[in-house]
Amino acid sequence: MAGNEKLKLGLYWAASCGGCEIAIVELREKILVIDANCDILFWPVALDFKYKDVEAMPDGHIDVCLFNGAIRTSENEHLAHLLRKKSKVLVAFGSCAGEGCIPGLANLFDRESIFARAYLEAPSVDNPNGYVPQTTWQMPEGEIRIPTFYNTVKTLRQVEDVDYIVPGCPPQPPQIWNVIEAILAGQLPPKGSVVGATDKTVCDECKHTRQEKSVKKFYRPHEMIPDSTKCLFDQGMICAGPATRGGCGALCTKVDMPCRGCYGPAPNEIDQGAALLSAVASVIDADTEEEAARIVGEIVDPIGTFYRFSLPASLLHRSKLEARG
Amino acid sequence: MMDAGRHPNIKLMTYCDVQEMSGYVGRFKVKVLQRPRYVDIDLCTGCGACVEACVFKRGVPNEFDAGLSRRRGVYIPMNGQGVPMKAVIDEDACLLLDKGKCVKKCMEVCPTNAINFDQKPETVELEVGTIVVATGFNVFDAARLSAFGYGKSPNILDGIQFERMSSATGPTQGQILTAEGKKPERVAIIHCVGSRDKNANAYCSRVCCMYAMKHAHLVRDKTGAEVFEFYMDIRAFGKGYEEFYERVQEEGVYFVRGRGAEVTVQDGGQLQVKAEDTTLGIPVQINVDMVVLATAMEAQPDAGKVASTFGLSRSADGFFQEAHPKLRPFHTNTEGVFLAGTCQSPKDVPDTVAHASAAAAEALTLLSRGEVIISPTTALVDDQLCSGCMTCIALCPYTAISFTIKGVSGTALVNEALCKGCGTCVAACPAGAITARHFSDKQIWAEIEGLFRAPSAEPVKETL
Amino acid sequence: MTEQTFQPHIIGFLCNWCTYTAADTAGVGRMEQPPNVDVVRVMCSGRIDPAFVLKAFAEGADGVIVSGCHPPGDCHYNNGNFKTFRRMPLLEMLLQQYGIEKERFHWGWISGAEAPKWAQLVRDFTTQVRDLGPLDWKQELASKEE
Repeated sequence: MAGNEKLKLGLYWAASCGGCEIAIVELREKILVIDANCDILFWPVALDFKYKDVEAMPDGHIDVCLFNGAIRTSENEHLAHLLRKKSKVLVAFGSCAGEGCIPGLANLFDRESIFARAYLEAPSVDNPNGYVPQTTWQMPEGEIRIPTFYNTVKTLRQVEDVDYIVPGCPPQPPQIWNVIEAILAGQLPPKGSVVGATDKTVCDECKHTRQEKSVKKFYRPHEMIPDSTKCLFDQGMICAGPATRGGCGALCTKVDMPCRGCYGPAPNEIDQGAALLSAVASVIDADTEEEAARIVGEIVDPIGTFYRFSLPASLLHRSKLEARG
Repeated sequence: MMDAGRHPNIKLMTYCDVQEMSGYVGRFKVKVLQRPRYVDIDLCTGCGACVEACVFKRGVPNEFDAGLSRRRGVYIPMNGQGVPMKAVIDEDACLLLDKGKCVKKCMEVCPTNAINFDQKPETVELEVGTIVVATGFNVFDAARLSAFGYGKSPNILDGIQFERMSSATGPTQGQILTAEGKKPERVAIIHCVGSRDKNANAYCSRVCCMYAMKHAHLVRDKTGAEVFEFYMDIRAFGKGYEEFYERVQEEGVYFVRGRGAEVTVQDGGQLQVKAEDTTLGIPVQINVDMVVLATAMEAQPDAGKVASTFGLSRSADGFFQEAHPKLRPFHTNTEGVFLAGTCQSPKDVPDTVAHASAAAAEALTLLSRGEVIISPTTALVDDQLCSGCMTCIALCPYTAISFTIKGVSGTALVNEALCKGCGTCVAACPAGAITARHFSDKQIWAEIEGLFRAPSAEPVKETL
Repeated sequence: MTEQTFQPHIIGFLCNWCTYTAADTAGVGRMEQPPNVDVVRVMCSGRIDPAFVLKAFAEGADGVIVSGCHPPGDCHYNNGNFKTFRRMPLLEMLLQQYGIEKERFHWGWISGAEAPKWAQLVRDFTTQVRDLGPLDWKQELASKEE
């Protein structure tokens, strides 16, 4: 950014829920600071720029692009590559871009089974001819095309070179503001860093008092009303806090809901789900194999519980695709 | 015991309780509560005049004689032979201390004015390098098995009571007498009271067969009475033990192979013992004048408290857990804390001497070496990453992980002197904040990746 | 025409004091075993992070073995194996959800004195995994992209 030239900012949403966009708007009056200091060149949810406007830019024209959403379709991937080309700094913004997040849970299925569910089997579907989306279709006017829906959801890092990661589902507005300030001041850490978060875990910000752990039984959130002062994990809830990067302010545990892990893994862990699984299993109150198997056997849906936000980024990325004939 | 009391390097602190232990090998801090004796041991000469003069003539049951005799509020422990041989006043038995009213004859007669009712409990803090726990055993309370009738007749004795009766310093000066003051004509000895019993302790107490046979021998020798021993198995495993068993049989003791089932008190006070003679395959019953119950050895009633004070585990039988049953029977999982004697498991005198000598030797070796050899693969917590979830703390078998509290959170810290390098905490840490030296996550990931890399086309050059 | 038999690549995470010693003894004693198991030594089975097993499968393992000292009393570190038997059943449930057949993952206990048992495990498990065919996770993901 030279002289009093405004910072050129781009924001894009790939396979996402829109929550990251809302989080930006949650900056409230600070968005005026952004407006004062930045030119937003691309923001599909809010401004009427088109893909061809981006394609027309010189390479590296956008100073910073905040890319949220996972890579679910060929369109998402196309924009990932395009925005990388046209941006000096590409930021994986939010859990979907960073870890895969909720769309990533679709990695327990494949395109065929997802389409079957959505277009054929769901109770409210009325589709007597059994139409499912096709990538191309011949119309009298010519061929129309829609993007390919991939079998596997990927994170932004898995398809493109990413400069920074801002974790969270969504990243919390105070942390977003920290990142914006750092960008405006030109004070970003080395490439590849996670920004807008701490290096500790959620436990560091959580006010519940904790003890040495020994869990006899696990409870799902609807199965108990926990003691508000004590650690939820101590009380038998599977709280992802110990395995999740901090910075969110421990908002969920503050209202006695267990952390779900949306800020992704702690700095040294390569697989958030395995890290949480190991901690959860290690502290069960079982001194025989039978008792151990019994207690962990009661955990419902381990993969969904431990990898709620991080399945695409995990070591195995997805469940095994069925062999197709 | 006298040698221990006199040795210049041994400070004997009697009438004390250890309340707290902290620190680690080489640097233990032990807080000791010195209970008040109400007697100044520097002034007391052990003359016993106070005991003679004590107003509470009836006294309380004498624990040293297992309740077979009584002692007064002031007494010299172990029937006058305690070390140190000084008087002590029992707060619960002294009329002044317990009821608030006494003429204090003891103070009047004491030639050195050693009695001081103003003494208060004192806490002493000791810094020590190693610790040996030698807190002994407790005798099984035979009243828990009502079939044996313990407590229903003064002629039903448990193992310790018979020991005291046959001791020259005991209530009868070593004579074997019924409560009526006569020599018994027939004595029954019942093995495994409280041992090998689902309703009491599953384990075998190891010493009872031998002491029961010793009792039989003493009865034969001192009274000539008929002796019937009711046993399940005879465990005479030690040096000279089998020979003693032969001898006792030759002395005319009747060994009946069958568990003693019941002891009932007849009208007139005789005792009837019912058992099964398994060699004959018939139930038997016999009337005797005295029954000795070979009672089990158990862990002390405060074993739980002692265990938690010293960071000891307890095995399923309630005794303190050794570090390894074969290879480290006197070590514990806490480096620098050793076990000596029956607090670890039932054992007789030769075994106790061997066990305790080993513990003492190890304790001294540690001190004289002045260093502890530790594992190189210890764990290290990065307190910049640790967020104090406390998942790791309870997992360590050596209690090597402590917690530094900061607000509601804090960080874990591994004591390298105690860490043995198993890596369990490393695998559990959900934040990846703990590293295992030489077996770090990064090293293991690299190993795994390396195993799947295609071998290099270049031949490996031999290096000398 | 020679038939290429698939050679499974199996990774074994073995504890130093028990199973690794058994495997070493089996090797020194020339007990017959196929060469399909590569060993990663750890000091205690309690050191085995479930992530290691997942990483092995992710890198291309067709089968994984985890083995340590017999509980309750054999663990060199007292009760490291207790943590192992707490973690492994949950890992098994997870692997099943990932679609990895449970016959590809074996966890158990082999003491230092049980070298023949190790050799037998290597023989049996290699056959079992061979019959399942390659897992080849990376290849699988790449080929089913689109």
